[in-house]
Amino acid sequence: MHFHNMRTIFYIVQKEFLQVFRNRMMLPIIFVIPVVQLLILSYAVTFEIKNINLYIVDNDNTVSSRSLLEHFRSSPFYHITGQGANSKLGMEYIQKGKAHQMLVLLPGFEKNLVTGTPARVQVINDAINGSAAALMNAYTLSIIGDYNKNIISRIQPGASSPMNVRWSFWFNPELDYKTYMVPGILVLLVTIIGMFLAGMNVVREKEIGTIEQINVTPIKKYQFIAGKLIPFWIIALFELAVGLLAARLIFDIPLLGNIFLIFFIASVYLLVVMGIGLFLSTVTNTQQQSMFLAWFVLVIFILMSGLFTPVESMPQWARNLNVVNPIAYFIEMIRMVMLKGSGFQHISYKLGLLFIYGVAMLSLAVWRYRKTT
Amino acid sequence: MNNPETAIEAKDMVKQFGSFIANDHLTFSVYKGEIFGFLGANGAGKTTAIRILCGLSRPTSGEIRVAGYNVFTETEKIKKRIGYMSQRFSLYEDLTVSENFRFYGGIYGMSRTSIRKKTGEMLERLGITELSSTIIASLPLGIRQKLAFSVAIMHTPEIVFLDEPTGGVDPITRRQFWTMIYEAAEAGITVFVTTHYMDEAEYCNRVSIMVDGRIEALDTPANLKLKYKASNMNDVFLKLARNAGAGRE
Repeated sequence: MHFHNMRTIFYIVQKEFLQVFRNRMMLPIIFVIPVVQLLILSYAVTFEIKNINLYIVDNDNTVSSRSLLEHFRSSPFYHITGQGANSKLGMEYIQKGKAHQMLVLLPGFEKNLVTGTPARVQVINDAINGSAAALMNAYTLSIIGDYNKNIISRIQPGASSPMNVRWSFWFNPELDYKTYMVPGILVLLVTIIGMFLAGMNVVREKEIGTIEQINVTPIKKYQFIAGKLIPFWIIALFELAVGLLAARLIFDIPLLGNIFLIFFIASVYLLVVMGIGLFLSTVTNTQQQSMFLAWFVLVIFILMSGLFTPVESMPQWARNLNVVNPIAYFIEMIRMVMLKGSGFQHISYKLGLLFIYGVAMLSLAVWRYRKTT
Repeated sequence: MNNPETAIEAKDMVKQFGSFIANDHLTFSVYKGEIFGFLGANGAGKTTAIRILCGLSRPTSGEIRVAGYNVFTETEKIKKRIGYMSQRFSLYEDLTVSENFRFYGGIYGMSRTSIRKKTGEMLERLGITELSSTIIASLPLGIRQKLAFSVAIMHTPEIVFLDEPTGGVDPITRRQFWTMIYEAAEAGITVFVTTHYMDEAEYCNRVSIMVDGRIEALDTPANLKLKYKASNMNDVFLKLARNAGAGRE
C-alpha cells in the first residue's frame, strides 16, 4: 500500500479518537456499561435452579413418607411453600405462581414399600419454562431415586444394581454456570461495540452532513471504511482486555488457553461484525434505521449462537443457519480456548472461515458505500 | 468541448427525480478565474446543480466537464481539483479549529508542514489566530462560515463551489465574506457561488438566474439590468420570476 494512502487513513483514525475521547457520554458507554453488563448478566442469567417452591400433599402420613419429604425439606434447593390434604389446593398454588412443583404421595405408600409393590409418587411441574421444569424434575427424581436405592438395600441387603456408572465433568468440573456464561458474555460485549459504534458513527456523519464534505474529497472508498474500522476495532479489543481482566479477578474464570490466541480470534471476529455494521450504515440514512437493523440482526445472531441454549439441541435447519452466524463461531472458539485450553491447530479451520467472512463483509461495505449518489 | 479557458462546461445538463425535473437542460460555461453567481429562488434547483458539478450526485443526462474532466467517468479526478462548502454546516463541531484544518488538509493529501503553514496563514488573515484551539461549537455562525470557506480552499483547488455561503449571517459578515471570495479569485481560484440574495449578484462577474429548474438568463449584472430595464438585480429577478409564473398559468 502506498504511503500516501496510509496517511489518509491515519487522519481519519486520529479524528475519530479525538471525537470519541472528547464525548462525555462516550467514555462511560464504552468502559463502564460493559463491566456492569458483565456483572449483572453473569450473576443473574443462570440456569441453576435454586429456591424451587414445592407444594406437598402427603396422604400417607407415615414414617416412610415423612422421611422422604424430609429429604426435600433439608435440601437447599427446595422451599416448601405449602402442604395440604389434596392436590386441589396445590393446583391453585401452581396457578398463582406460588409453587413451581407439587409432590403427591398417595395413601398406602409405606405399605407398598414394605410389601414390595411399586409405591406411586406423583410429581407435577409448572413447565411454562420448559428447561427449568426439566431441571426441577431431574432434581426431584434424583432425590426420590436416592431414597429408593436406600429402601432396596434395606429390604434386599447385598443386592446391587447390575450397572455401576461413575461420571466426571471435564473442563468445568463443578458445573459452575458462570464458567460457561462469562466467556459468552465477553463475546456479546465485543459484538455490541463492534456492530454499533463504527456503523452508527458513519450514519451520524450522514445526519449532520459532514459526510458530504468527505465525499467531495478525493478520498478512496476503502480508506474511508478503514478509517472508520480501525479506531473502533482498537476500542473493542481494549474492551475485551477489560472484560477478561474482570472475568479473571471477579469470577475467577480459568484461562487455560493462550491469551494472545483469544485476542487474535477477537480481531478476526471483529472484522465480521464491524463489516456488517458498516455495511448496514451504507444502506441506511438515519441512526434510527441503522440501529433498528443492527438490533434485528444482532438478536437473531445472539439467540441462535449457543450463548443461552445449546446449539446441539437446535433443529438441523437452525444449525445450518449458524454457518453465517459470526457469534456462534466466536462463542465456540472462545470457550474452547478459555476453558479447554485449545490451541491454534484446534480452531484454525473455523478461524479461517471467519476471516473469509470478515473480508467479504468489509468488501461489501466498501462496494456499497457511495461517494456519488 | 474542452476549452482550456473554461473551468466548467455544461451542455443540456438534466437531473430528474422521478417525474420531477430539478435541472432542465442547463447549458452554461464558467471561465477560469471568474466569480460566477448561480442565482435562483429556494427550490429552483441550485443545490442540485452544484452537487452534480462536485461529483456528489449523478446527472440524468448531459455533457458536463469540470476542470476538464467528465462528471460521469472522472469524478475522482474532479474531486482532487475542487473545493466545496455545502449549505449544511460542514465542520466538525466537536473538534477545534486547527483539528478541522488538519483533518481536511490531511485527507486532501497535504503534508504536515503545509497544513500547519496554511492553517496559520488563514487564521491570521481572518484575524482569529487566538481561536486556533477553540471548539467549533462555541464559535458564532459568522466565524464558522468563514472557517468553512477557508477549509474549502486550503488545498488551493482550481474551482471552489459555495452553496449559499452567506445564509443566515449578518450584513457585515456577508461583506467580509465577499472580500474573502475576491481574494480567492485574485489568487486564481474560480468561484462558483449560489445565493438567493440578489444584492450579492452585483459582486459577481457573471450571473445565471434559475427559475423552476431552467436557466432564464445568463450575463454580466450590468448587461442583465440593461436588458430587463431594471435598476438593480432584485428587479431583474422579479421580472424573470413573474414571466415564468405567467407562463405556467
